[in-house]
Amino acid sequence: MKASKPRRRELVVETLIRVAGFSAIFFVALVFLFLLREGLPAFWKTSLGNLFGGRWYPNEGMFGTWPLILGSLLVTAGAVIIALPLGLATAVFIRELAPNWLREILKPLIEVLAGIPSVVLGFLGMVAIAPLVRQFLHVPTGLTAFTGSLMLAYMALPTMISVAEDAIDAVPSSYRDGALAMGATHWQTIWRVILPAARSGVIIAVMLGIGRAIGETMAVMMVTGNAARIPHEWDALFLPVRTMTATIAAEMGEVAQGSTHYHVLFAVGILLFVVTFLINAIASLVIIRGSPRRGGRLMG
Amino acid sequence: MTLRSRLGAAVMLALLVALGACGTQKTDRGTPAPAAAVRIQNKGSDTMVNLALAWAEAYGQIHPEVEIAVTGGGSGTGIAALINKTADIANASRQIKTEERSQAQANGVEPMEVEVARDAIAIVVHPSNPVNGLTVPQLSAIFSGQITNWREVGGQDRPIVLLSRESNSGTHVFFLEHVVRQGSTDDRTLFSPDTLLMPSSEGISAEVRRNPNAIGYDGLGYVTPDQKVVAVAPAAAKPYVLPMVATVNDGSYPIARALYVYTAGESQGAIRAYLDWILGPAGQEIVKAQGFVPLQQSDIGDGVQGLVIGPFPRWQDSESE
Repeated sequence: MKASKPRRRELVVETLIRVAGFSAIFFVALVFLFLLREGLPAFWKTSLGNLFGGRWYPNEGMFGTWPLILGSLLVTAGAVIIALPLGLATAVFIRELAPNWLREILKPLIEVLAGIPSVVLGFLGMVAIAPLVRQFLHVPTGLTAFTGSLMLAYMALPTMISVAEDAIDAVPSSYRDGALAMGATHWQTIWRVILPAARSGVIIAVMLGIGRAIGETMAVMMVTGNAARIPHEWDALFLPVRTMTATIAAEMGEVAQGSTHYHVLFAVGILLFVVTFLINAIASLVIIRGSPRRGGRLMG
Repeated sequence: MTLRSRLGAAVMLALLVALGACGTQKTDRGTPAPAAAVRIQNKGSDTMVNLALAWAEAYGQIHPEVEIAVTGGGSGTGIAALINKTADIANASRQIKTEERSQAQANGVEPMEVEVARDAIAIVVHPSNPVNGLTVPQLSAIFSGQITNWREVGGQDRPIVLLSRESNSGTHVFFLEHVVRQGSTDDRTLFSPDTLLMPSSEGISAEVRRNPNAIGYDGLGYVTPDQKVVAVAPAAAKPYVLPMVATVNDGSYPIARALYVYTAGESQGAIRAYLDWILGPAGQEIVKAQGFVPLQQSDIGDGVQGLVIGPFPRWQDSESE
């Protein structure tokens, strides 16, 4: 009797853990099903031509999602272009160049950066960054896609830095020693040996950054101006845009449940999901394609 | 083993906390505070939320037995809550839509409308902007994107940055119908796609304060002294009028609207008493203090009775076809 008691307890705990594990999958599946159930009706309640038209004005039944998709992509691309060099450079600095004591200060500071609520950043962007953007770039308003990209870059940086840093850390020290022994300079070692070896980790860092950026809502809504225009000019980055997330956040609260507008907002959610999925799929492809080379090198 | 016992302790702790929570709840129930006998849920328009709060607070002081919970969210949110029977009074800065009305009726709710105050929509620009007056046709051309430079309306050579509330705001809908389309129902003009849609009144005032290119509009109660209010003329040859109580009441300011509350069916009991108080001198004094335009006593007549309108046909909205 007594011997079986711990066994039973173990069984209970194991079952609980299993239930917890499956519940995560279960809830994700439920969310996805809900999204489909609420979003798919949009595709037959309005025409596809309307849904992928160029004008978003729900009050008049115009549900063109192109401006929103392009807006999201533009802001995200801008954010990655800004954050990638900064994040990579910071990761390299922390891992390869910084003295120990400085690394110990920098790492927690970067983690603190990740904890700043996005609404605070959005407010900062609206009050402090937007006027600067307007004055220095001589654009009509400071509430632009670029301002959004700046805020998103700032938000994506902590994730990018820590993941890239881990990737660099995972490069075997024999690579580093080998390169230095061959007479490569410190810079050559970093640029030619360490970064290529850490490539897949760096790509994951970028992907996580993109994921963070494209799904971000509050800060973007506060600084991008939310004008549902199609960014077609060469300087569209410096003009206002409206993103998919900001549209859902701004309009979901007041929409009549069950109306076409309601379903279309969920459809925008599906589109956002599809776009994120595509980006992730492309990233996985890149990593899979890149890994045999690295494996081969490891073997050699 | 230690891990397991720690886990056990944690579970025990959680249980204790849960039990404790139950305990306090019980004691709360055991000794009922001299709580409000009546609770009124009031929800809706963000334009009206400060006004509704001020009303609720003042009313609570003279009628402590009535507790009024005020929340914002927007006119549509309030009406949706009325339809779902989660709110007793819905505040709206626009009239109820046909779609909403039929939805309410399907849910067994007959929305009744009471006009409680009036509001002027002020056109605001940066204080350094030299433009003092604009006509409604000019505003329509500006906000629909036909006029894009301040030079065309007598200002400096600057691009015009359009600011608007989100398209689901009652203020936005009103502005579209009465300014952009100039009151014509078969006019299909829209806001320019370049219009910046700001999620809040604060967003508009912040940008107007800082950006000399900007033009925006908002309820008179939300205009701060650091924005410049532009006088508006109904047509080219008419006089320019600034928005204020007198010009709204005599009808000379062209962009004014009514603010409404909706109740489920004919209001009764405490809700009726509250609405009567709102329409009375004390309630209307608060309207004035909040920067809105009070109703004239001659319009109010005999309280809520005289003002209830409806059920009535409403404008065709886009999704009802």
